[in-house]
Amino acid sequence: MLSAESLKKIDHEVTKYPADQKQSAVMSALAIAQDEKGWLANETMDFVAHYLGMPAIAVYEVATFYNMYNLQPVGRYKFTVCTNLPCALSGGNDAAAHLKQKLGIGFNQTTTDGKFTLKEGECMGACGDAPVLLVNNKRMCSFMSCEKIDQLLEELSK
Amino acid sequence: MTNIEIDGKQVSVPTGGTVMDGATQLGIYIPYFCYHKKLSIAANCRMCLVQVEKAPKPLPACSTPAVEGMKVSTHSAMAVASQKGQMEFLLINHPLDCPICDQGGECQLQDLAVGYGASASRYTEPKRVVVNKNLGPLISTDMTRCILCTRCVRFGQEIAGVMELGVAGRGEHAEILTFVDSTVDSELSGNMIDLCPVGALVSKPFRYSARIWELSRRKSVSPHCGLGSNLVVQIKLNRVMRVLPRENEEINECWLSDKDRFSYEGLNSEERLTTPMIKRDGQWQECDWHTALEFVANGLKTAQEQHGAQSIGALASPHSTLEELYLLQKLIRGLGSGNVDHRLRQSDFRADSHLQGSPWLGMKIAEISQLKSALVIGSTLRKDHPLIAQRLRQAVKQGAHLNLINPVSDDLLTKVTNQVVVAPAAMAAMLAQVLKAAAELKATEIPATLKDTVSSISVTDTARAIAASLIDNKPAAIFLGNLAQHHPQYADIHMLAQHIAQIAETSFGVLGEAANSVGAYLAGAVPGPGAVGISGSSQVGANGSNASQMLGMSAIPIAEPCRAFVLMNLEPEFDSYNPQQAMKTLAAAELVVMMSAYKKHVASVDYADVLLPIAPFTETSGTFINTEGRVQSFNGVVAPLGDARPAWKILRVLGNLLQLDGFDYETPEQVRAEIFLAGSDVSTQLSNRLGSFAVGEIGQVSEGLQRIGEVPIYQADPIVRRAESLQRTHDAMAPLASMPGALLDRLGVQAGDMIKVKQGDGEALLPAARDDKLPANCVRVASAHPLTATLGAMFGEIMVERL
Repeated sequence: MLSAESLKKIDHEVTKYPADQKQSAVMSALAIAQDEKGWLANETMDFVAHYLGMPAIAVYEVATFYNMYNLQPVGRYKFTVCTNLPCALSGGNDAAAHLKQKLGIGFNQTTTDGKFTLKEGECMGACGDAPVLLVNNKRMCSFMSCEKIDQLLEELSK
Repeated sequence: MTNIEIDGKQVSVPTGGTVMDGATQLGIYIPYFCYHKKLSIAANCRMCLVQVEKAPKPLPACSTPAVEGMKVSTHSAMAVASQKGQMEFLLINHPLDCPICDQGGECQLQDLAVGYGASASRYTEPKRVVVNKNLGPLISTDMTRCILCTRCVRFGQEIAGVMELGVAGRGEHAEILTFVDSTVDSELSGNMIDLCPVGALVSKPFRYSARIWELSRRKSVSPHCGLGSNLVVQIKLNRVMRVLPRENEEINECWLSDKDRFSYEGLNSEERLTTPMIKRDGQWQECDWHTALEFVANGLKTAQEQHGAQSIGALASPHSTLEELYLLQKLIRGLGSGNVDHRLRQSDFRADSHLQGSPWLGMKIAEISQLKSALVIGSTLRKDHPLIAQRLRQAVKQGAHLNLINPVSDDLLTKVTNQVVVAPAAMAAMLAQVLKAAAELKATEIPATLKDTVSSISVTDTARAIAASLIDNKPAAIFLGNLAQHHPQYADIHMLAQHIAQIAETSFGVLGEAANSVGAYLAGAVPGPGAVGISGSSQVGANGSNASQMLGMSAIPIAEPCRAFVLMNLEPEFDSYNPQQAMKTLAAAELVVMMSAYKKHVASVDYADVLLPIAPFTETSGTFINTEGRVQSFNGVVAPLGDARPAWKILRVLGNLLQLDGFDYETPEQVRAEIFLAGSDVSTQLSNRLGSFAVGEIGQVSEGLQRIGEVPIYQADPIVRRAESLQRTHDAMAPLASMPGALLDRLGVQAGDMIKVKQGDGEALLPAARDDKLPANCVRVASAHPLTATLGAMFGEIMVERL
């Protein structure tokens, strides 16, 4: 199901917790699985559940709670734009609107070329940098004015 | 103890207790939805908000620990405003569909909305809608009504031991569901219906059939497993509509297994027998009671005159009441026969003459929760005794060791410390290992009678670990399960376990298979000149044939075969150890009287000559003595269906027709009074000790394949076999022929292929299944099912062929 390399990474995460609490590693395990597969299919979650010896539904609870986990296939780049209050007051909604217009898609949609997916995100803990957005869960982009968004799109389109 | 003050009243709460505990002690009412005394605390409904002095915000009473000197107001302006505010939030997304909601009338949200809700909603936006889920044939869902208290989720995790439901999503998108549309298959799932404070989870069989206020509530006792769960039976127009638990902390707590809860459907089955019937020239004809009883009396008299009294035998189900069993044996003994038995699934009766009393649990049911170590021998515990398994699960959570010696490795949904899966034939040898290990650890002598048997046995590490677990952790107990009781070496297993218990100084118990397994011994429904129990002790087994001998299943044939049978409340094709042989014997009998609540199973029509419709437990008064020896009497809750009559009345009239003495009872209380002679004490009649029984040769393993024939949970007795919804559950799936992978390969079949299973001259076509945890050369084929009723012994040799 998962590559030996991913399993090795998951095993490493498991060692961080007491031996009888393997399920504490569920969030990292799901992230590692998603890095490999791109998204979390039911079979992937089931596999992680078996691997960590926990009920499948408990894995599903975690995967549906956090919106960094993709339960549907996504494009090559996933933008998650924060629309919580501090960002919204500093132009978060404008950033989202600009992205929607540029990409021609709404939230939770993917461009037809499969390159970009747009998601609405919750607070990323960087309100001072508002408006913020995340690229593929890992790259944080701050002060995202329309110009900076254009630059980002240009960079990623290459 | 912590002293706090609630609404101006002082109360002492045990250390670690909460404000809610204090309020409960004082009898002060605090509204709640998610709190439940048997579940962990979630504090997510926020309905129990109270004001605490010096706390800036209202706090939830269920999760706020009591602190010395705390002052709590549950009805202050702040508390009431918080509670009302919370109710408004809960009602925002809750549909106003009480008129068509099954929970209406017993809904906590409806009740509390009267006290805390506003008369009109201020919310004008669209309400959220949640898609319904299919959770299987027992639970119906209306998920839009869910208030996300998560009681059902916590019940699964904590009590049932398996997390089947969970909360997916968050915030407004949170909903209760199973993983990828699976069903809820726990054998305790029905309790989620009781726990749901709203109409999100309701009973599928009961749905839309009655309103709560139309139902009368009557007390009763479950006739299924040996636990004797206390029931509330709800009826409408002389029909049982549903069954709920009656709380009894010492027995079923506030739970009920699905078998106890949903089997009532079998009471209203189309297959109920409602008039007496006689077979004349191969044709079944309805007749009146007088004709039927005359026929039976004449038939029994003829058999007695022509072949002697010993040609008459009576077999009864241990699901029958004490009164029924007592009168049946009195009738048979009155005719001069000692052939009476209730143990149709038992195959080894060697220990009978060594019994010192009625086998029982050996301790109180409630004490199971306090155990620190337990050894369960031969039991599919979760399916045979769902609530005893639940108690053991709670004990394990408190640190108890659970050890298993079993021919199957079914998941008990709890941590198992030591598990040995051995072929049925090797179980006694395994126990001998534990015995030897225990003796070594305690540095005691092995009893002389066992020395030779045990000396040549080498002890494995697991056996040593089991012995150590029982010796080092107290209180400890050893239990013999249903599989052990049906085992062809039951007497050896019993004796070995008894010695282990003695050496390791643990409690020793036999898990009662049926509601009246203990009572049946005390009523005298065992062969011999008299009962073990209350009406005077005497030897079991003497001057009478046991079930195995009567039905010709025993290797030791009896001199005088039975020619006339009285069968009470059972279907031998499902309820006996070797249905194939039982059918042959009954077909050859001259007279078979079936006292049964049901007709229609084709096989039963073949061997019976007369059918007498008897009343099931809801239609007669009676008594069950449960596995801990607790006597529980109950009254009928509805009138008998059609012309069916309580079996005790039928037996009384038969006694009169046969001109036997002492059958002039007017009420069941008189029968009961005769059984419980003044001052008699049931507890003195209970004993698991076998006197001087000598353990036979153990450890021989036969060449061929061995069958492991357990009784599936929803096939155990005539009522549950006809409970339609239970028959659609995962647990009631048609039997498979499970075997280890090596055996499948040897046969050259794949899992899922149909194969032919043969025992004696009977065969069955079953799908093969792979179970690598089964012992080598064992084939697991469930018994007591129409598809396997043609097969032979539950633990006999079996042949498997590819098609």
